Amino acid sequence: MSDAPATPPMIQIEGLTKHFGRTHALRGISFEVPKGQVVGFLGPNGAGKSTTMKILTGFIEASGGVVKVAGISVADDPVAARTRIGYLPENNPLYEDMMVDEFLEYIARVRRIPADKVRGAIDTAVSRCGLHKVRGKDIGELSKGFRQRVGLAQAIVHDPDLLILDEPTTGLDPNQVVEIRNLIRELGKEKTVILSTHVLPEVQHMCGRALIISEGKIVADGAPDQLSSDGGRIDLVVTGKRGAPDAAAVRALLGALPDVAEVQERTTGEKDALAYSLTTKTNADPRRALFAALVDADLVLLALDKKALGLEETFRKLTTADAGKVEHAEHHHSKAA
Amino acid sequence: MHNTLAIARRELTSYFHSPVAHVVLAVFLVVSGWLFFYFSGLLIIGKASMRGFFALCPLLFMLFVPAITMRLIAEERKSGTFEGLMTLPVAEHEVVLGKFLAALSMMCVGLVCTLVYPVSLALIKAPGSAIDLGPIIGGYLSAVLLLSSFIAFGMWASALSKNQIIAFIIGLLLCFALWIPDKAILILPASVGAAVQYLSVNYHFENIARGVIDLRDVLYYLTVTTIGLVLTTRTIAATRQ
Repeated sequence: MSDAPATPPMIQIEGLTKHFGRTHALRGISFEVPKGQVVGFLGPNGAGKSTTMKILTGFIEASGGVVKVAGISVADDPVAARTRIGYLPENNPLYEDMMVDEFLEYIARVRRIPADKVRGAIDTAVSRCGLHKVRGKDIGELSKGFRQRVGLAQAIVHDPDLLILDEPTTGLDPNQVVEIRNLIRELGKEKTVILSTHVLPEVQHMCGRALIISEGKIVADGAPDQLSSDGGRIDLVVTGKRGAPDAAAVRALLGALPDVAEVQERTTGEKDALAYSLTTKTNADPRRALFAALVDADLVLLALDKKALGLEETFRKLTTADAGKVEHAEHHHSKAA
Repeated sequence: MHNTLAIARRELTSYFHSPVAHVVLAVFLVVSGWLFFYFSGLLIIGKASMRGFFALCPLLFMLFVPAITMRLIAEERKSGTFEGLMTLPVAEHEVVLGKFLAALSMMCVGLVCTLVYPVSLALIKAPGSAIDLGPIIGGYLSAVLLLSSFIAFGMWASALSKNQIIAFIIGLLLCFALWIPDKAILILPASVGAAVQYLSVNYHFENIARGVIDLRDVLYYLTVTTIGLVLTTRTIAATRQ
C-alpha cells in the first residue's frame, strides 16, 4: 500500500472483458469511481451488471483488463482487495439455519475483526440495519425485508470503504423498498457505494452518478439529472371557450410547435376536453410557446404536467439495439470526463 | 489458521443444526453397534476383541463419509451462499481445510461414541484375562486416518457437483476406488499385485489396526488426504473462471 498513490480511486476498471465459453458477457468496460461516490449501475437483465460486480468482489475472474479496488489489483491480491469490500450478492443468499447474531459473528471473525471488538462491530451493524428485534432468530424465519437487512449488516460489519450491492431492493414490497433505500442513502454518506438496479427512480433518489450498461458495454455515464435532461414528456388537457374544441385543429396546432417531436392523444374524464402527451426534443422546454399558441387559438388549458421521465427514456433508447446509441453514449462519456 | 477455524466452527454448527447429519450419525452408531456385537464374537465364543469391528470400518466409512461430506460444497453452491463465502477475504485452501476439519470432527464424534464398545469389553471380559490394547488404539488411529482420506475425497466429490445426491454417489465411488486395489491381488501377478495393493487404503488400514504403527502407513494416509484436499481446492478455484 505504501507505494500506491496517495488516494487511488475506490474502483478502477480498465478494458475489462469477460467471456463464458463463447458468450461475451463484458466487452471492454472502463470506468473509475472516486472515494465517496454513490453510483447506480443500470442495465437490462443480462447486460453485465452482475458479472462486473462478481469480478469486483473476486467471485469470478476477469478474462482481460485491469480491476483495482482502492489501488489493489483484484487479480494479483484477491484476498487483500476483498477485505476492503462489503458485498450484498443478488438474491442475498444466507445460511438459513443460523441465527442472525451467530451469522454476523461468523462474518466478523472471518473478516478478522479483533476478538475484543467483535461484539461492538456486531452491535453497530445491528443497530444501523434495525435488526434488534430479530437478533436471536433463525435467518430462515425472517421476512424478505429483514433478510435484506441481514445481508446489508453482514456487508458493513467490518466497516468497509466500498459497498457493492447487487439489486438491493428487488423483490421487496414498497414499504421495505423505502426502508432499504433510506438505509443505503444513510450508508452512502460515508462510504463509496455501487449498486445495481433496474428501477430508474431509485438511481435518481440515491445516486450521484449513473452508469448504463448494455450488452457488455458502458453506453452512458453521468449524473442522473444530466442523463434525464434528454427529451421529456408533457401531458396536457385543453378545452374550448365554448364546448369541445376541434380535435384535428388542436392536434395540428400542437404538432406545429417548435421542439415537439411527437403528439399522442390520451383519454380524459373531463367533459368537452381533449388530452395529449407531447414528446419533446432534447434539452427543450416548449411550455411557453405552447401556452401562447393555445391562447391565440382561443383554447383553455386545464392541466399541464412536465414529466421527468427522461432517464427512463434515455435508458430505453440506449439499451434497445440500434446503431445511433453508441454515439450518444460517447457524448455522455466525454461530458462526464 | 484463524479463518480456517472460523469456517470450521460455522460448518460444525451447521452440522448440528442439520437433521441429515444427526440421522447419519445415529444410523452409523446403530450399524456399527450391531457389527461390533455380531463380529466381535462376544456372544458366540466369548472372545473379546474389536478386530471384526475394525475390519468392517472401511466398508462402513465408505457409505457414511460421503453422506456427511456430500453437502459441504454442493449445498452452498446450490443455495448461493457459496458466493458470499468466496467473496470473504479467505483463500480457497482455508475454505477447504475449514470444511474438512468440521467433517472430520463430526465423524470423530461418531467414533468417540463407539468407545462404548471397548469399554464394555473391558467390563465383561472373563476374570483374569487381559484386553490387548494395541490393536484397539491402532484401530482407532487408523480409523481417524482412514476417515481423513475418505473425507478429503468425499469433499472433492461435493465440489464436483451442485447436486448432493450426485456428490454422494461420486464420493462413494471415489472411496470405493481407494479401497478396492488390494482386492486386485487376487487376479494380478504377485509382483504387480504387491504394488497395486500398496495403493489401497484397506492394506494400510489393516497394518495399523494390527497395532503396528508404521510411519509409512501413516504417511500413505496423509498423502492421500493431501491429494484429496488439493483436488478440492483446485476444483473450487476453477469455479472462479
